Amino acid sequence: MEKERAVLIIFPHPDDEAFGTSGSIIDFVSQGVPVTYLCMTLGEMGRNLGSPFFATRETLPLYRKKELDAAGEVLGCKMIAMGLRDKTIEFLDYDKISAQVLDIIDAVNPSLIISHYPQYAVHPDHNACGEIVVKTLKEMPSEKRPKLWLSAFSKGCEDEIGQPDIVRDIKKHAMKKLEALRAHRSQTEAMSKGWEKLIEKNDPSLKNRFLTERFWTYKFG
Amino acid sequence: MQEIDVQIVQEYIDSKMNQELYIHLETTNGAYASHHENKFGSGAFIRNTKIVYSNGKITPDHPHRVGLEMEIGWIYAEGLTHYQIDDQGRLLMCGIDYDGKLAVALQLSDTPFSK
Repeated sequence: MEKERAVLIIFPHPDDEAFGTSGSIIDFVSQGVPVTYLCMTLGEMGRNLGSPFFATRETLPLYRKKELDAAGEVLGCKMIAMGLRDKTIEFLDYDKISAQVLDIIDAVNPSLIISHYPQYAVHPDHNACGEIVVKTLKEMPSEKRPKLWLSAFSKGCEDEIGQPDIVRDIKKHAMKKLEALRAHRSQTEAMSKGWEKLIEKNDPSLKNRFLTERFWTYKFG
Repeated sequence: MQEIDVQIVQEYIDSKMNQELYIHLETTNGAYASHHENKFGSGAFIRNTKIVYSNGKITPDHPHRVGLEMEIGWIYAEGLTHYQIDDQGRLLMCGIDYDGKLAVALQLSDTPFSK
């Protein structure tokens, strides 16, 4: 695969980058490719406040901003917080948000963008984020348009959109991916307790998290 | 946050009676409820609505309920377990469910919460 010029990842929440793409981020960074994560919200409405909880509804975004930066340290990835509010993206004026996203694309000048697959990414913010990214790239002149990889994980999505054309082996980065996930402490502390052992055992339940990362290349008409 | 102290919360509620306040009220079972647990995903929040109540109570049994009576209506939350009066004097209450996750929140403040 040819070396990317720069990679821009666009998801709505701090930790989406760790769950879906951190193995790939580690790969790109190790090849000397600059990676930027544009994080649309600070996950203000997350239900996890730490385990045991250490945040309140009002302090959660402050912690999550710090956690985002900590994950950036682990991954060697630049983190940009866009300042939208969790759960509200689908109600915003897409033209306005798209213009803001385009400014970031112009500044980062990526050859590859990674985002969520609209309608197949479970959380309304994920789907809205993907929709905005697809719209933004569709409106770009095709010769300037970066490639777009989309992440999908709704139940049965393969039945509708087929198998992913990009399946990256990230096994060798599993432990570092775990470290990136754990940087998002308020969100992952409880769920990540048993993961180290499962990784050591190569447990098949971890396939799509610690062994591979899957993307669908978006085909512009 | 710590477990709700009924007396402290009741005193706070009494001290803010008949004053203009901002409210954050939220209930949620999470955006992943229907994905992971096959549950019906539901929730609602309202943030920074100005309210005035003339009477309010927190019930003594745990988890607690709070009802605030307004001139032409009510504010109600159930399942409240924890609270904090933060450094800005805001009353932050929430209900943490059996999995340790926020299920409900009711917060009162003299000044608007961040958008």
